[in-house]
Amino acid sequence: MAKLTYRDAVSAALAQEMARDERVVLIGEDIRSGGVFKTTRTLFDTFGPDRVWDTPISEEAIIGAAMGAAMAGLRPVAEIMFADFYATCWDLVANEVAKARYMTGGQISLPLVIRGANGGGLGFGAQHSQSLENWAMCVPGLKIVAPSCAADMAGLLAAAIRDDDPVLVFEHKALLGTSEELGEVEHLVPMGSARTVRVGRDVTLVALAVTVGMCVQAADELAAAGIDVEVLDLRTLVPLDARALLESVRRTGRAVIVEENPGQLGWGAGIAAIIAEEAFDDLVAPLVRVSGGNIPLPVARELEQEARPSPQRVVAAVQDVMAARGRRPVAPSLS
Amino acid sequence: MSQSQDTLATDIATDLQLFEQMQFLRLFADKVDTLYRQGVTRGPAHLGQGQEAIAVGAASVLRRDDWSIATYRGHAHALSRGAPAAAVLKELLGRVGGICAGKGGSMHITSVEHGYVGSYAIVGAHLPVACGLAWASRIQRSERVTLCFFGDGAVNIGAFHEALNLAAVWALPVVFICENNGYMEYTPIADVIPVRRPAADRAPAYGLEPIAIDGNDVTAVRAAVGTAVDRARAGAGPSLVEAVTYRFGGHSCADPGDYRSPSEVTAAKARDPLLLTRTALVSAGVSDSELDAVRARLEADVQALATEALAAPVHDPVTAWSDMWSDGSASWRN
Repeated sequence: MAKLTYRDAVSAALAQEMARDERVVLIGEDIRSGGVFKTTRTLFDTFGPDRVWDTPISEEAIIGAAMGAAMAGLRPVAEIMFADFYATCWDLVANEVAKARYMTGGQISLPLVIRGANGGGLGFGAQHSQSLENWAMCVPGLKIVAPSCAADMAGLLAAAIRDDDPVLVFEHKALLGTSEELGEVEHLVPMGSARTVRVGRDVTLVALAVTVGMCVQAADELAAAGIDVEVLDLRTLVPLDARALLESVRRTGRAVIVEENPGQLGWGAGIAAIIAEEAFDDLVAPLVRVSGGNIPLPVARELEQEARPSPQRVVAAVQDVMAARGRRPVAPSLS
Repeated sequence: MSQSQDTLATDIATDLQLFEQMQFLRLFADKVDTLYRQGVTRGPAHLGQGQEAIAVGAASVLRRDDWSIATYRGHAHALSRGAPAAAVLKELLGRVGGICAGKGGSMHITSVEHGYVGSYAIVGAHLPVACGLAWASRIQRSERVTLCFFGDGAVNIGAFHEALNLAAVWALPVVFICENNGYMEYTPIADVIPVRRPAADRAPAYGLEPIAIDGNDVTAVRAAVGTAVDRARAGAGPSLVEAVTYRFGGHSCADPGDYRSPSEVTAAKARDPLLLTRTALVSAGVSDSELDAVRARLEADVQALATEALAAPVHDPVTAWSDMWSDGSASWRN
């Protein structure tokens, strides 16, 4: 079986969908030469200039062009090099792309994907490290995909391209080099379906993208201490598999939500609200969130680590939940 | 001879048709203004009395399958592509049968079926979208051309620059038409640009010819836009046309526009596009009474539209949950 990296899973899914449907076209900065993260390697050689378009540094033009082309019958996949750059084109994403179908009474369909490198851990600093799924989660009309492994990267990106609604795909920079063996099958994972990464009895860890691995590592440690941990990878925030989330939490009676973004209004807050509103009576301990710090991400290794979730913080949080103590402050900046 | 040059062959019948369309737009806008003041429209309304020659002249050189896209001041652009006026008016009133099902209102009038892919209300945001429509034409090897209308105020927003640059670099079949009515909302455009002509003087920065025309002269609009459309269709890339005009009313119905002197407005009204076309028709031998009859007929039409729209039922609240996702659902979770 072939081993595929998360990075190559991106290009594999793009190649698969471009071969399958000639309406799929790519647009972004430096993508003909493979992109700064090498996620679009070989696609220009394979599919040529009509299918792979390099743009100026113009994020509004990129998103607007993808939107217009989608209106005209293509299925564009736009790359925003770093998710942080969404801030330069958020009008197009949040005001135009997200709302066009609704505000025209359904006259406009936008089958488009916007993908880009997301998240921290590599010392890229405050403007190139943010984990921004939660920005999109505030805007009805956007679907949100954040894969944690190569198989999901390939399968969910393919599903996003086939979807008739706008989808934002967040590719985690720290996962690009991870790999797994994939069969020679079509890559396709339906959106809106969470994945139980590890079955457990005592507590549900709710994770996404890079925090899935942190939770698995924590679960291994906790198993040695006799705590049986379930890890649920949400995979997509919109559509959200709330059914799987609630089923797991009702069964274990405990939940720790592990998110990379700042806790002050991360996606974990929305998940916590759903659990509190719909599974409160099944909880045997207070909810706990493990979140990124409410500070811009610093660069030096020790400082960045301080501001991000980690397996150790997840272990501590689970111990708190098992002791039904609620959350204990880890550092002033995180509280 | 291309189709648009062909349709440029001016004759009295064509001019009469253009006059009639402009007259209808004027009466329609006046009626919307009245309905706004009666409190029966929903939300703000941005009208374009005085600017009708641009919408009508430009639409007249298009093929049926060409795209056009415009701003929150978009009623004229929708109607001149053939959007049904009854459905537009019902949308403005928030009634069943509205062209956007009550979801868009005055600022988002859209009729995809007629090639009018929308009115966008964030200044400048739709210029990059126009690039995308035109980019698709290139990829699809289609002759379809995109017209993109925007106000003079849009030239100072980043999306304008990003779109013009991309369109020029990629030689996209798009015609950008700046409706320069002299004011960005309440502020004279001259106060906020370092050049004399907001669009034309910036064209050279994108390798484009500076084109400025009298936007109140429907024949001049047809000629300039027709040439630009022909160029785009032939693969010669984008154009930027500045059509100079004047907005008789305020920025929106809520704005009396009293930051302008009465003498300025009076002088502008002497160059009313309807008046110019009417004068040309009369000197070509059409009688005043014939033109008055056209107006009387259209007045009755507009009154009938208003009566029909006011009689339409209000929306069932449950329809707020439709038109959200492509599968018909409104749910983001299971």
